[in-house]
Amino acid sequence: MRTVYVVSGGVSKFAKARPNRTFPAIVKEAYDYAVTDLGLEHPQFQELVDGSVASYFSDHFARQLMAGIMIQDYLGLCPKPGHRVEGGGATGGICFQEAWKSVASGDTDVCLAYGFETMSHVNTWKGNEFIALASDISFDYPVGGFYSGYYAMMVTRHMQEFGTTPEQLAHVSVKNHMNAFYNPYSQNPARLTVADVRQAPMVAWPLTRLDICVMSDGAAAVVLASEEGLTKLEQAAGRRLPRVKVAGIGRGTDAMRLADRPHQSYETFLKQNLLPSEDTAETRAYYKNLWDHGFRYPGVHSFRAGRMASKQAYARAGIADPLHQIDFVELHDAYTSSEIQTYEDMGLCRYGEGGPFAASGAPFMPNIDYGLTFDPIPNTQYPKWRKGLIPVNPSGGLIACGHPVGATGLMQAVFALWQLQGTIGKHFHDDTLQLKNACRGAIHSHAGTGTYVTVSILEKEM
Amino acid sequence: MTEPRFATKLPETDDGAILFNVPFPAELNAETLAALKEMAPIIVKQPYAINYIHSYGQDSPFFAGLANGRLLGSMDPDSGYTYATPRGHDMTSGAETDWVDLTGREARVHTFTVCHFGSEEFLPETPFILALIEFEGADTLFLGRLIGLDPNAAGLDWVGMRVGLRFRRNSKFKPTDVYFYPLEIRGD
Repeated sequence: MRTVYVVSGGVSKFAKARPNRTFPAIVKEAYDYAVTDLGLEHPQFQELVDGSVASYFSDHFARQLMAGIMIQDYLGLCPKPGHRVEGGGATGGICFQEAWKSVASGDTDVCLAYGFETMSHVNTWKGNEFIALASDISFDYPVGGFYSGYYAMMVTRHMQEFGTTPEQLAHVSVKNHMNAFYNPYSQNPARLTVADVRQAPMVAWPLTRLDICVMSDGAAAVVLASEEGLTKLEQAAGRRLPRVKVAGIGRGTDAMRLADRPHQSYETFLKQNLLPSEDTAETRAYYKNLWDHGFRYPGVHSFRAGRMASKQAYARAGIADPLHQIDFVELHDAYTSSEIQTYEDMGLCRYGEGGPFAASGAPFMPNIDYGLTFDPIPNTQYPKWRKGLIPVNPSGGLIACGHPVGATGLMQAVFALWQLQGTIGKHFHDDTLQLKNACRGAIHSHAGTGTYVTVSILEKEM
Repeated sequence: MTEPRFATKLPETDDGAILFNVPFPAELNAETLAALKEMAPIIVKQPYAINYIHSYGQDSPFFAGLANGRLLGSMDPDSGYTYATPRGHDMTSGAETDWVDLTGREARVHTFTVCHFGSEEFLPETPFILALIEFEGADTLFLGRLIGLDPNAAGLDWVGMRVGLRFRRNSKFKPTDVYFYPLEIRGD
């Protein structure tokens, strides 16, 4: 496999509705931004790009089959190769990885990944119905198909198993809405308190409206290139481009139906799912104790797909200690609860510790005042967690940026690229969210009830 | 950003006005043509309804069972691994599963939620309780509706609650032909 660089990206404004543009024209906004940021004009880029991958989740939302080719056509990329990928909420993450494969394999030197979703074309409740069609339509959907309900059942079990509290979930909402204040691309910035989150209308107990992301219209685009492709782009641009490479990718899957998720033994977990960073006598004892008290893995409280995606990506990127070897994470926080579940899958903390991890301040930005007091909670238990230890969703995540499904995973790649380039100030017109000395970031894209999950590691080349 | 106690915003609806024309420049010239780029979008409603012919395929006996007051799961013939939500083939052995009757087994709430909102199809039924049910001797769960509890009194003490199952007499051939109710009241 060849080294693959992420060289440029663009994101359209995410909004509740973008009736002023058709979907190809919304993608064009993101594409133009990415090309302009390279210092190129479309005809120059058109000459150098070898192919594309298109990302959108739902043919129901689009009500246009082969929407991918309409974008390829509108962008002026015909007759170059291209195809569409689909994998629920992880569609954008899968698109990024397929573009990576295209370049890594030598099929292309410069590959464009673009994605969109236009969810405003039906009302919110019909939109929820469309999304719920991504659950088994014989056994799950007819019972009351509603993704917020599915995630609420997961977190109810998480609370039961681990003592996670709704207030810990609310910390994630406060963080992501507040981060979004400094991100002009975000749809839903807000200054909230934990009480605001808990007092918002209950959607699916225990999740309130402020625990859940919103529907969006929007698009994102990313340019990936090989060493040769990068050289060609640099020659055309007349300047050296920052080196941000993809250090490793990983992907995992799990059963479509939540009900079918296994309840594995401790031994199977150790063999298949334990991260190298967890392979200590102390953590083995911690997990053994969980199993002795009836914990089973993954059950409905944990995402095995997210764990396996992380494990594969870390192994390929040479990450032994994710908490300390990754500088920030953009992860798929469709729900505050899924952000907490994902901390655990990604090994930022152990299974069961996601709630205290959120409330410790560790995933918050170090330089922003959230109006929260971070408990020096059982300081003796978690002595190494401190505010800003590993910012998660510095952009505001899905909860505050919006979640136009096919664009989301690519949006994460763009924001991660800008972090690693050190260009957040340029793109956001505010450098509050720019992390100092960010060298390595992880992006995490997640589908269904944890059915497809992708993790990709981006790294600044020194 | 405290939510007001009473709604201060009307929900959006899909019914618009019937409209046969919109303003347009009386004369087209360079200036009016350029101004068209600033025109507000025309948004039209396009009804979209279908009848879809869905087959339950190899899962059909499950629905026939519900219509006849039986809850069927499936089981790997060798390992005995039992699926409370049936599947035609076992995920470990790859072998075709056998049908197994779960109707009389002890059932408990594994986890639940109360949906105060829902997809459009189910919105009129809110609030309703979704629960994943565990059955004695089964390795996987079953998603169903739980009734007979106060939806405003949700609490973790519902987890682990013993439940009974009932069947609709007039089957709709949906998984909701079976539903669950508490055999013990907790949290009151």
